[in-house]
Amino acid sequence: MNKMTTKNVDVFYGKNHAIKDVSIDILDKTVTAFIGPSGCGKSTFLRCLNRMNDTISICRITGDLLMDGEDIYAKSVDPVQLRARVGMVFQKPNPFPKSIYDNVAYGPKIHGLVDSKSDLDEVVEKSLKRAAIWGEVKDRLNESGTSLSGGQQQRLCIARAIATAPEVLLMDEPASALDPIATAQIEELIDELRHSYSVVIVTHSMQQAARVSQKTAFFHMGDMVEYGDTSAIFTNPVDQRTQDYITGRFG
Amino acid sequence: MSGFVLVLIFLVAVGFFFLSRQKALLASDGVLASLHSRPDYHGLYSFLLSMLSGLVTFIICTILALNPLLSLLIAVIAGLVSGLNITANTRARNKSEKIVTGILFGCAGVAVLTTIGIVLSLVFETFNFFDSIGWRVDKFLFGPRWSPLSGLQDGVIDPDRVGIMPLLLGTAMITGIAMLIATPIGLFAAIYLSEFASLRLRGWIKPMMEVLAGIPTVVYGFFAAITVAPLLRETGGLFGVNVASESALAAGIVIGIMIIPSISSLADDVINSVPQSLRDGSYALGATQAETVRQVVLPAALPGIFSALLLGVSRAVGETMVVVMAAGQGANLTINPLEAVTTVTVQIVMLITGDTDASTAAGPAFSLAFTLFCLTLFLNILAMRFVRKYREVYE
Repeated sequence: MNKMTTKNVDVFYGKNHAIKDVSIDILDKTVTAFIGPSGCGKSTFLRCLNRMNDTISICRITGDLLMDGEDIYAKSVDPVQLRARVGMVFQKPNPFPKSIYDNVAYGPKIHGLVDSKSDLDEVVEKSLKRAAIWGEVKDRLNESGTSLSGGQQQRLCIARAIATAPEVLLMDEPASALDPIATAQIEELIDELRHSYSVVIVTHSMQQAARVSQKTAFFHMGDMVEYGDTSAIFTNPVDQRTQDYITGRFG
Repeated sequence: MSGFVLVLIFLVAVGFFFLSRQKALLASDGVLASLHSRPDYHGLYSFLLSMLSGLVTFIICTILALNPLLSLLIAVIAGLVSGLNITANTRARNKSEKIVTGILFGCAGVAVLTTIGIVLSLVFETFNFFDSIGWRVDKFLFGPRWSPLSGLQDGVIDPDRVGIMPLLLGTAMITGIAMLIATPIGLFAAIYLSEFASLRLRGWIKPMMEVLAGIPTVVYGFFAAITVAPLLRETGGLFGVNVASESALAAGIVIGIMIIPSISSLADDVINSVPQSLRDGSYALGATQAETVRQVVLPAALPGIFSALLLGVSRAVGETMVVVMAAGQGANLTINPLEAVTTVTVQIVMLITGDTDASTAAGPAFSLAFTLFCLTLFLNILAMRFVRKYREVYE
């Protein structure tokens, strides 16, 4: 089932044509990977899906981006509300300078998702458990989120993102700053999150894309070259550029 | 004569730079790589050695009233010795780097030594003053009456007339009024500039603020005395409130306005240095800009904002000119901001510029300065502890 649909999307940064005519269907309860060489536009495109590019004044977007059939760039849509439904995890862990508890409680609080302290406690615990970090932090929820290690910080950021109960989770190279052990934990987590959310992940690691995703889109120079089942893309790519990229001949 | 000798020493040292450089080139037999140090370092070493030994002997000669030409001789000898010793293996680079490090250390030392010297002289003079009032420090700190030089006979100071309570209260009141004005306006201006203003507007406002910060305080003092004080008096008159023509309120308001630019400029820098990734993280959770500023950006910037405010406090505490002009010189013990008050710094000025014998006036003046120094030091230490406790380190 389609969760998000884009049709003929173009993105311009000033005069730079960053995304060229991209149409893609993002499925519900599926992990979709965006791969491609640096500067190919995959992160830019990801940031269109929750309108994070709105904060960049020179950025201009044309085309249709739909979520559950509704245009997310329509005048009636408030980007603030959209972002509550489409969560995002960034490349570098960015915990707020607050306690671990308050980091996770931030989203539920500002959206009024809980009525009482005990409900909030429950949401925080559940989110931290789902992000596979509860065991490590349950005794020090009042310590600052920045005191954690890099891998823990990133899992905290994931917990923070899922605490607002989004429908889609965007992840921009979530494991690129992490060591292999933390990466493995994050990947396991992504696989587990798939049961409830539609996950879109940008990654530089093709092994990672192959391991965690069911669908893969290959971007090159602002074009989406190829999109299909991950197994098909990696074993039997149609386009020569995809073939060259996944076999390591460029990029 | 002396200046001429100094120029000569410098020229000699420069001459040795080129001589030693040439000698090093010759010592290399045309293979530059065979030298331990590059020729320029050999030159630099001779230059430094000649220059420094010349300068040091010049100073000694001046103190001992010897002929300054002696120092020129020493400079030549030092240059010659260093030049004659040059071989391909001479470690001229290491040696000259050591000397340069030493010079840098010396410059850093000047600041430290000056501070120590000032503090020592303050302590010493304060000690003498306390001695002269029979160690009635309690009367000095808590006494309600300040007129140290009135009715003074034989230079003996009456401990009952040196109570600094009115001055401390005046300083605290004016600083308080100033901060009440400067804190909200300065902070809100900084928040607007860094988070909400368009780049174009920011490009206009920020330089204007910096111009405002560069206006000499005497201009503000003038403004306070000529415009603000009469305005307050008339406004007070309308409501039947008696406002003195020189009042703590007038001085406080003007000082507050004066320190707005420094607070907002500094706070703006601090808020700007909060990483964009934190803002993005908050937006991505569906937070509005206001929520992001209030709950993420400001807490992250808090230690820096605190130091910006503290800078404002120290400027307000140390401000003299505005207070002299707008708040008066009479030491009234009052907590009514509509009356004339005076501050610690103003009284120092009055003591030193007054026509009393300097040796008599210096005692109370130095003691006041020492008290002020202790107060600001205490404030600074408190602030540093606070900042260290809450500082977050971002990559």
